[in-house]
Amino acid sequence: MNLRLIKDSIVRNLSAILLFASLAVVLLIVLGLGSKSIPLLQTEKLGNILTESIWSPLKGNFGFLPFIMGTVWVTFISLIIAVPLCILASVYLVEYASDRLRNLVLPLMNVLAAIPPVLYGVWGILFVVPGISQFVAPLFGVHTTGYSVFAGGIVLAVMIFPIMISIMVEVLLTIPQELKAASLSLGATKWETIQKVILKKAKPGIIAATVLGVSRAFGETVAVLMVCGNIPKVPQSIFDAGYPIPALIANNFGEMMSIPLYDSALMFAALLLFVIIFGFNLLSRIILNRLEEKA
Amino acid sequence: MYSLSSIETKETQNIIFPTTQPHIQIKDLNVHIEGKHILKNINLSIPNNSITSIIGPSGCGKTTLLKTLNRLVDDTKGVDVTGSVLVNGEDIYGKHAEVTHIRKKMGLLSQKPFPLPMSIFDNVAYGPRIHGERDKKILKGIVETQLRNVGLWEEVKDRLDASATRLSIGQQQRLCLARGLAVKPEIILGDESTSALDPISTQTIENLLVELKKDYTIVLVTHILRQARRVSDYIIFVYNGEIVEFGKTEDVLLHPKNEITQQYVKGFIT
Amino acid sequence: MANVKTRLLKENIAKVLMQLSGITITGSLFLIVGTILYKGLPYLSWEMVSQLPQGGFYIGKEGGILNAILGSLYLGTVSTGLATLIGIPIAIYLNVYVKNGSFLARTSKLIFDVLFGIPSIVYGAIAFSVMIWMGIRASLLGGIITITLLTIPIVVRTIDELLKTIPIDLKHVTSSLGATKWEVAKILLRYIKPGIFTAILLAFGRAIGDVAGVLLTTGFSDNLPIYIDEPAATLPLAIFFQLSSPIPEVQGRAYASALVLTFIILFIVICTHYLASKQKKHKI
Repeated sequence: MNLRLIKDSIVRNLSAILLFASLAVVLLIVLGLGSKSIPLLQTEKLGNILTESIWSPLKGNFGFLPFIMGTVWVTFISLIIAVPLCILASVYLVEYASDRLRNLVLPLMNVLAAIPPVLYGVWGILFVVPGISQFVAPLFGVHTTGYSVFAGGIVLAVMIFPIMISIMVEVLLTIPQELKAASLSLGATKWETIQKVILKKAKPGIIAATVLGVSRAFGETVAVLMVCGNIPKVPQSIFDAGYPIPALIANNFGEMMSIPLYDSALMFAALLLFVIIFGFNLLSRIILNRLEEKA
Repeated sequence: MYSLSSIETKETQNIIFPTTQPHIQIKDLNVHIEGKHILKNINLSIPNNSITSIIGPSGCGKTTLLKTLNRLVDDTKGVDVTGSVLVNGEDIYGKHAEVTHIRKKMGLLSQKPFPLPMSIFDNVAYGPRIHGERDKKILKGIVETQLRNVGLWEEVKDRLDASATRLSIGQQQRLCLARGLAVKPEIILGDESTSALDPISTQTIENLLVELKKDYTIVLVTHILRQARRVSDYIIFVYNGEIVEFGKTEDVLLHPKNEITQQYVKGFIT
Repeated sequence: MANVKTRLLKENIAKVLMQLSGITITGSLFLIVGTILYKGLPYLSWEMVSQLPQGGFYIGKEGGILNAILGSLYLGTVSTGLATLIGIPIAIYLNVYVKNGSFLARTSKLIFDVLFGIPSIVYGAIAFSVMIWMGIRASLLGGIITITLLTIPIVVRTIDELLKTIPIDLKHVTSSLGATKWEVAKILLRYIKPGIFTAILLAFGRAIGDVAGVLLTTGFSDNLPIYIDEPAATLPLAIFFQLSSPIPEVQGRAYASALVLTFIILFIVICTHYLASKQKKHKI
């Protein structure tokens, strides 16, 4: 064998090792977090943990409902804001906007995507929170500090704009021109064509983008933590404070070794996040891969 | 009159062309890709120092046939090759065959020119370098010889250090030919090598190939019948993964024995 | 036909709504950068970025955030470097050594896509519990491991996307010169060189901006980050901590720190954009 072939097989084997080691991270996460969660699951049924709403680690009560609901509230609010805005904006970018405008806006989305969570948090505190307490809440006759699931939802919405826009635009661009032409030549207006043909056709892609947005929102930690108020109670309105799961982990990992079962509970929270986000991501990636293969 | 019958197809398949020591011999070659039977029972001897063109409608397997000759087909997903391809009597699908060594013997001229992302000089010197040639003088010699071989030397000798992508597309294709020749192949494989070129560049490449056949065995895939007629000595007509007809150019194109070949030559099948 | 009128009216309303959505989304970017600029600029000073925290820094006395800036750069550079060293061979393996579209390649790519979406808090949590298990305390090393894991999927997927755009014929002509797969890979890497820097910068941006991962693993320190087994400050964490202080000066510094981070990120984005456009021109 000559040296070149030896080099080649070294590279082959080394990169195969790196590949499998990196993929093994998934296993590491599942096994590591799983084994850590076992003590908690031994004391209480999974169903109870997820539906119990009392959280007092010192007394050994680990009800996850407030955190699950906190996450659900902020995620839901962010979707209500982001999904329609993103659909409308990406349709506009693809169907109406000039190439110049599109080439100007899409890179800006990359900038938005590159902004680190902590800066979103800073913006949330400086802009969104006071905005809610001084302008929005009084409209509804509510007194609030502004630190609320609403604030979290707004910040999250802005954070998921870029990923949703970029995927939706990509999906919309794959829709064949002939299809639009067919509808337009039947006398439909552009908007009718969009409603009845384009959006219908783009539905799987839009769903995939939304699911990706959801999983992004689910896992976002610091930005939400900074504006949500972090009170472990199930929120009753959008102006109530909430306490999403990631914030729970980030805020309490420091003491988790000093209270029994606390570490197990926090690692269970991380596992919960991982499983949900892994599932959502897998789902949307599979949809998107299918679409790509078809195109 | 010739009728279209399967018996006849089988007969024509087994023609082993009489040449002195065939350069490439294909025996019972079958290629499946993801379960589809792409090439069926191919038996062939490709004569040396001549140009053999593979023709046939698109999707008939002619490109796959070419790519089995230097094992580029290996790179395809779900591919299964049985049978043997002998080059100088050595089976390239044999157990101890070493792919890089086999490929070095066969230069490939692809559809579009793909200059490597480096200077003109380095493009030609790339092959000799990876095969261990370090001597600058020798490399210079090789580069000049090969560039002269493809008639590019006078055009580029003052800018050998310029990026190869700056050349015109016709020049790029000649550069790619020179690059292939620099590893001293015995066989040149062309995969519709002129389809991206303008008529003048096409003519230049065709003339080059005709000139090169005195030193090389050349196998071309083409869908342009007139090109096959202009340059080739022998023609293989492939249809549906089978070799329907193989023979001298005039015989196949002017007096095809098989009805499918007749139809193809007349332009009824495209 | 009265309804033509309503149909056209609908068309116009829809168009206006779409434009408003676009403006809101694009506007949010300027709103964020604008808010940070407006609040942070008054507090930004040379002292801020050139000094370590002095005594009483956290009650509003003198000092700066040099420890955090250097800590972030250190952490970001080392982890991105490691992620590149690990990620490029993986992308190469999946595109050159493994057959195109094979089960292994497809599954691996899917898993990296999914890993790309896993939030840093999960990486942080697992790294944190592994560190406790191994008896390692919060340190730069812990942060580097976490952030490297976080950025490997970014590098792999970005480079994979680039390699996918290279026509297969280029691979073929190179291998028909008798090149080994590794030699083919080197040629492919040459083609996507500007794109590789884009991938690295993307990863660096993510690495330098992450909070949740470093919060659990890296700790915080007022000293310059020198030793890998000691805690180190990072810029996002510095912002996070200072912001939670009730003292206005400290909060002001948080805004200024946020501005510094914004500048770094914008710089990275501009470089990325420039390199990406270069890669486009480079295309064959």
